[in-house]
Amino acid sequence: MFRRTLVAAAAAGALVAGSGLAQAQIRIATAGPMTGQYAAFGAQMRAGAEQAVADINAAGGVLGQQLVLEIGDDACDPRQAVSVANSLASRRVQFVAGHFCSGSSIPASKVYAEEGVLQISPASTNPRFTDEGGWNTFRVCGRDDQQGLIAGQFIAKSFPGQRVAILHDNSAYGKGLADEVKKNMNASGLQETMYQAYVAGERDYSALVSRLKQANIQVVYFGGYHTEAGLIVRQMREQAVNAVAIGADALVTNEYWQITGGAGEGTLMTFASDPRNRPTAAEVVAKFRAKNIDPEGYVLYTYAAIQIWADAVRKTGATNPQRVAATLKSGGPWQSVLGPITFDGKGDVTVPDYVFYVWRNGTYREM
Amino acid sequence: MDYALQQLVNGLTLGMIYGLIALGYTMVYGIIGMINFAHGDVFMIGAFVSLISFLLLGAGGITAVPIALVLVLAIAMCFTALYGFAVERIAYRPLRGSFRLAPLISAIGMSIFLQNFVQVSQGARVKPLEPVVRGGFVLHQEASFSVSISIMQIIIILTTLVVLAVFTLVVSRTPLGRAMRACEQDQRMAKLLGIDVDRTISLTFVLGAALAAVAGMMYLLYYGVIDFFIGFVAGVKAFTAAVLGGIGSLPGAVLGGLLIGLIETFWSAYFSVQYKDVAAFSILVLTLVFMPSGLLGRNDVEKV
Repeated sequence: MFRRTLVAAAAAGALVAGSGLAQAQIRIATAGPMTGQYAAFGAQMRAGAEQAVADINAAGGVLGQQLVLEIGDDACDPRQAVSVANSLASRRVQFVAGHFCSGSSIPASKVYAEEGVLQISPASTNPRFTDEGGWNTFRVCGRDDQQGLIAGQFIAKSFPGQRVAILHDNSAYGKGLADEVKKNMNASGLQETMYQAYVAGERDYSALVSRLKQANIQVVYFGGYHTEAGLIVRQMREQAVNAVAIGADALVTNEYWQITGGAGEGTLMTFASDPRNRPTAAEVVAKFRAKNIDPEGYVLYTYAAIQIWADAVRKTGATNPQRVAATLKSGGPWQSVLGPITFDGKGDVTVPDYVFYVWRNGTYREM
Repeated sequence: MDYALQQLVNGLTLGMIYGLIALGYTMVYGIIGMINFAHGDVFMIGAFVSLISFLLLGAGGITAVPIALVLVLAIAMCFTALYGFAVERIAYRPLRGSFRLAPLISAIGMSIFLQNFVQVSQGARVKPLEPVVRGGFVLHQEASFSVSISIMQIIIILTTLVVLAVFTLVVSRTPLGRAMRACEQDQRMAKLLGIDVDRTISLTFVLGAALAAVAGMMYLLYYGVIDFFIGFVAGVKAFTAAVLGGIGSLPGAVLGGLLIGLIETFWSAYFSVQYKDVAAFSILVLTLVFMPSGLLGRNDVEKV
């Protein structure tokens, strides 16, 4: 009897000691494709998250506690995303800035909802992420129905009567986007000539390219990521298919140009107006440039996700994820490197802004 | 008609690449009856070494394309030959006398090791190469559609045929080939007759790895983008090609590669792009049901 009490007391002591240790710091994480085909985007997220945590800690942390950053690698694989989510939750992570691919964010969000982890995705644009999401899902980027609306109307308006092919890679992100573009383009009075899925992760798309050539396609829309889109564009130019290539926010990486080489000249894509040029980001952009990192694509989005979460925790006065989530929805606008951001009841940003970019000479700029 | 001709060119090239990789699988299987699953990854290393050599040669000022190609090929073959030799020494030779599954498992282990080794040392991002061999010919011109073949596609098709011819000669006409065939039939008997079995098997692996370097360089030049994962995807397809053609048979490997490349391409051309693998593997299953040892494979008499 005595012995049992002793063990219980020791266990209780250990628990107190454990929670005492945890009190000193708050664990947060960023999760995305740190390896694999889309590792370029994982590197962007990591750079943004590390800078945000360093800046917050240098300014005294959150509620007097220092932040500790964990990195989760899902390789954009939905199964791996679930196991990463479980392992982050078991390490008492309060908040995750991630994931990148919609196909990963959606299943991971269910785990986080059960385990009481708040999630702000810097990049997942599939509508289902917040539509199906629970109390815990937020994003600082736009949605594919908004992106698809802009792209679909743009194609119908700029290329009336031309032969359009819509291609997608069957991922949650790619197919979702392609369907939105198709819907909006048709509504604006232009029917596509071809709607075709391709297999991601391959190298040889010559058969598909010959098919585009045979159908005399003049505009190609890609619902997919930069590696496949880049290869298809490169092989298109080799077979003298001069159709205009149009993509979306997954082409926002210099790696796209590395793959296409000169063939990428003139590729169009939709992305939010360049955050690097916003006055609110000037100070942070200078810090990145000093470290020789180009804060392209999703670097500043990841930075903003962590920045907004930290502000919401300060305003709530606690790290409890449910309470922070309520504050996030009611307490805007939040000042961030992206500018002021307000969340609606689902966790989407209220004013998304998609614009068209064009690739020229290895860089992209707004049209 | 022109469209079909263009797809035929696409399919032939893809099939020849599969066939080139499949030759390496079939060589090793033909001698020691073991599937070298690490072959796909040695191929990937060949592509990486080629890429690094191209960049170094470019930096060193050697830009004449034919000289650069030959030099790069020689460097890549030397490196992968070393890898092939080391893989056999470390992972297969110690297990040669043990039960059949042991070397198979260590081959899969070796494959995972090589993949992760390249991922850690070279990074996970894709590595691009500017086009080295440019240009092509228009075979047939119509108002709306022109059939074209690039010089690179011609090089790939010719290389595969030349490699096939050379290796067929090596196996059938040289003393080394005779030793290989002897080892295949009965290793103990070959040893009794004075053949150095260890050396013969080592040389087979070295030759197979050098073949992988040729395939790796062609792949790099044709697609222009590589990453640490290409060995797995291409390896699975090439292995399938080797089985379809009859594993152990050199012409069978190229035939199998061609069939898979052509089926994939023509299925993509006339039916659905996303179900091309279903088509290719259905043909594989059907073939194996009726011809269990593949198209050109010999029927093995099971030894008890």
